[in-house]
Amino acid sequence: MDPSQDHPRAKSLAPDHATAKQFIDICPPAAMKAGRQERIRTGKDLSGQNLGIEASADVVAEGVRSSLHDRPVDGAEPLAGAGEVATFPESEPLPLDCGVPLGPFSIAYKTYGTLNAGKSNAVLVCHALTGDQYCASENPVTGREGWWTTMIGPGKPVDTDRYFVICSNILGGCMGSSGPSMTNPKTGKPYGLDFPVITIADMVRAQVRLIDHLGIPDLFCVIGGSMGGMQVLDWAAKYPKRVFTSVPIATAARHSSQNIAFHEVGRQAVMADPDWRRGRYLEEGTNPRKGLAVARMAAHITYLSEEALHRKFGRNLQAREVKTFSFDADFQVESYLRHLGMGFVERFDANSYLYITRAMDYFDLPAEFDGKLGNAFLNTPTRFCVVSFTSDWLYPTKENRSIVQALNAIAANVSFVEIDSDKGHDAFLLNEPEFLTTIGGFLNAAARRRGLPALNSAAG
Amino acid sequence: MDGQLPAVKVKTRRVDHLLIAEMVARKARVLDVGCGDGELLELLAETRDVDGRGVEISREGVNSCVARGLSVIQGDADTDLINYPDQAFDYAILSLTIQATRNPRSVLEQLLRIGKHAIVSLPNFAHWASRLRFVINGRMPVTGSLPHSWYDSPNIHLCSISDFVALCDLVNARIERRVALDSYGQRIGLGIPHILQNLIGDQAVFLLTRRTGSG
Repeated sequence: MDPSQDHPRAKSLAPDHATAKQFIDICPPAAMKAGRQERIRTGKDLSGQNLGIEASADVVAEGVRSSLHDRPVDGAEPLAGAGEVATFPESEPLPLDCGVPLGPFSIAYKTYGTLNAGKSNAVLVCHALTGDQYCASENPVTGREGWWTTMIGPGKPVDTDRYFVICSNILGGCMGSSGPSMTNPKTGKPYGLDFPVITIADMVRAQVRLIDHLGIPDLFCVIGGSMGGMQVLDWAAKYPKRVFTSVPIATAARHSSQNIAFHEVGRQAVMADPDWRRGRYLEEGTNPRKGLAVARMAAHITYLSEEALHRKFGRNLQAREVKTFSFDADFQVESYLRHLGMGFVERFDANSYLYITRAMDYFDLPAEFDGKLGNAFLNTPTRFCVVSFTSDWLYPTKENRSIVQALNAIAANVSFVEIDSDKGHDAFLLNEPEFLTTIGGFLNAAARRRGLPALNSAAG
Repeated sequence: MDGQLPAVKVKTRRVDHLLIAEMVARKARVLDVGCGDGELLELLAETRDVDGRGVEISREGVNSCVARGLSVIQGDADTDLINYPDQAFDYAILSLTIQATRNPRSVLEQLLRIGKHAIVSLPNFAHWASRLRFVINGRMPVTGSLPHSWYDSPNIHLCSISDFVALCDLVNARIERRVALDSYGQRIGLGIPHILQNLIGDQAVFLLTRRTGSG
């Protein structure tokens, strides 16, 4: 669920790091923030052509690098320029589950590697709740490396020397795809809560349109963790002939009551912030920064495990010798969470957070197939590889195993591994050698079956 | 069951695996329950071109299988076989695993339900060497096919060839083929009486089907 944008910080949280007060102090005034939001919106306006905006990526990245990671970037635009945007006209709207057609709409995406002549080597990477299309390259907003560089790149399990990797910002996101922070072409104002409530299936429908737009008949692999895994399952259930292999990781076929509860806490935190302004903060020049930061802090705890938190922070104090007998961030773990929260609001839109968590809550694949998940995959030609992690309590092994059991029940071709890790849900984004070897081996074998030529580096 | 194996360079191998491979038809759908590190599945893929799947309880075994491109799930023969539909596979295989299950009878029944055929290989607890060790020394047998001491053995339901034949009868399994191997891995001649096989057989492989109707 967490695209690890914040992880590089986790390890580097040195004792001499800023105190919590300083963390709060470095946050820019609301006006600066609102200005940046405006740039993001205009940078991805719907007026672009079909193939969207090809951008001055280098200038953007340079501008971002020169600033602190989480600081706003003055004078750098368009911010989402390092990828491309496909815009679909009003005449070809996207039918949504809520009954409202959405059009025009845009999907921002990034590709890596080269599509082969037979168009048989395309891999679609589905990102999680707060992820984006920059899975394997520097994110131009944060200046950080891609969120899944352990998995994707030259010589990596999803080898960009061998596969053509596509990663798109989900519908409802805030990195260039249509979402609540975009300008509503009918009003000229940001959508805000006028954006229709979307579902995982809607996100996948939009991806299907993108894949059509790219002229790719079928995908060698659809892969993703957490919410990305939900999209992977939806793809395999509804477009089986277009999915050769399906790799759902640390996910669930239906969102659990506990997970809906966590999301509700996050949404309430956002909406309780007076700066949320009933979702119209972009127009009013505010930003529910505090609410979104609290949502992120609470959510981030669910992505880790008790062991991981303990190993990283224990009860260590943050840049002080003794307790202050105040509500300062005395403990490193508090400081860390505050820092994560404040960093997050600089790159993420609060309304997007509401919409995307809602989409996850609504996800219930078995319910769409008479209550039986197996029905979703009857006679599927797709080969599945399901992965869970021992310490993931957000999407525990039990949830993943129930997907496997449903696939077994229809005698589908499925592999399933539970990886021993104490890093919690976020393990799928981290360097877990056993996990990466397993995925690499699975994809290698599938590539052989698909007739994709082996590379020396990928042999084995 | 169609004759000799083609000459393929396979680094082998457990002798019961070779026997099992002989019993499996080409291009069959196969489920190997307790597939370990996938050695049998690989052998069957290479020599029989099967569509093979595996279930394995140990995480290391599963990871090694999946990383080598085998379709294997982490699961438990005792609890997870109920998820498979009837007759989903041509062969459901249990190689040197039945003695390690908690409920061998229900596992065998599940095997016969899931597979059109079941293939079971097992170590023979009534092999003469085991008998001697127990009778003479008064100690639990430790032999080539049963290498564990009693206190660290995964084998919680050891049986003899005769015991297994009785179980087959109990669960309405028809024995289509049975092969006993001596401790050198040599087949014991077909003419040898069953009671003698139970004495000199170190392990045995059975090809079974579910008996239909009365009888």
